[in-house]
Amino acid sequence: MPSPIPSPARAAFKDSAGAGLGFIPLGLAFGALVTQSGLDWWWAGLSAVLAFGGSFEFLLIGLVTAGTPLVAIAVSAFMVNVRHVFYALSFPLHRVTGRLGKTYSTFALCDEAYALTTGEQARSWPGRRILWLQLYLHLYWAGSAVAGALLGSLIPEGVTGLDFALTAMFTVLALDAVRDLRGDLPTPVLALLSAVAARLLFPDGMLPAAFALFTAALLARHVTTGRKPSHA
Amino acid sequence: MPDTRYAVAAVLVAAAVTWGLRALPFAALTPLRASGTVRYLSTRMPAGVMVILLAYCLRDVPVTHARALAPLAALAVTVGLHLWRRNALLSILGGTAVHTLLASLVFAP
Repeated sequence: MPSPIPSPARAAFKDSAGAGLGFIPLGLAFGALVTQSGLDWWWAGLSAVLAFGGSFEFLLIGLVTAGTPLVAIAVSAFMVNVRHVFYALSFPLHRVTGRLGKTYSTFALCDEAYALTTGEQARSWPGRRILWLQLYLHLYWAGSAVAGALLGSLIPEGVTGLDFALTAMFTVLALDAVRDLRGDLPTPVLALLSAVAARLLFPDGMLPAAFALFTAALLARHVTTGRKPSHA
Repeated sequence: MPDTRYAVAAVLVAAAVTWGLRALPFAALTPLRASGTVRYLSTRMPAGVMVILLAYCLRDVPVTHARALAPLAALAVTVGLHLWRRNALLSILGGTAVHTLLASLVFAP
């Protein structure tokens, strides 16, 4: 690692670049889909800023154009985003100082912010660097959503498949996180089994079911392996 | 465009639910951080959560269909690039480019 200590804002900008590259094509795609679905361009920005959470926002477009009742929207948002409950276990909110900082940090706690700040390389990051990182991610998403909504009509008709950026991003994050486990293979295997079981047993609620199964599997493993002390 | 007030309300509802799910567990779970079980979970959870999110992204890949070649080839390229160069930008760009080319030109709907 280079020795001069960078400013938190500059360091966070570098940290955010990889995820930003995943956000920007997705945000453009989200914005383009918003206007293609008959919603106004500003709605893409409003959703990106306030309901900051890509996977549900894509879903929300369809729910809103179908005139889904607000209660059903709330239930869907809960089901898709309930995974964030688990993030409180390891996201380093204790390093973020100030009421305003903590408020924003929880508000902007997206999957990528969680993944980047809980990895091994982030152990020494101060709160300011975490907050800047979250702000950059938020800005990439909101900026590209608005740009996509305004420019959406320019994307040639036959171009599809840009949405793979989301899959590629999680592939990279998963590979890095598994490497940080240093040979603890049962953890990703349990996660994969949980995902497959949830897909087969609860096709409509795959994500929350997979997270619940995985948590239960980890707890069972912790108990059966004799509660060896972990090196947190 | 659906009724503007309704479209805005839908975003506000989604935002409130999402923020609640992100913020409230900290109040409930923070006192548990000192527990060994919670530390056991929290060191292993990030990797498992990412594996599950990846599986979720791939949940609708039609594995018995030729169209599945686009995401599977793109996934192989992403993994290969990442194991080779460990550069997140490169891996994401490479995988997305392969998928977009295959999905738009070879397996066009």
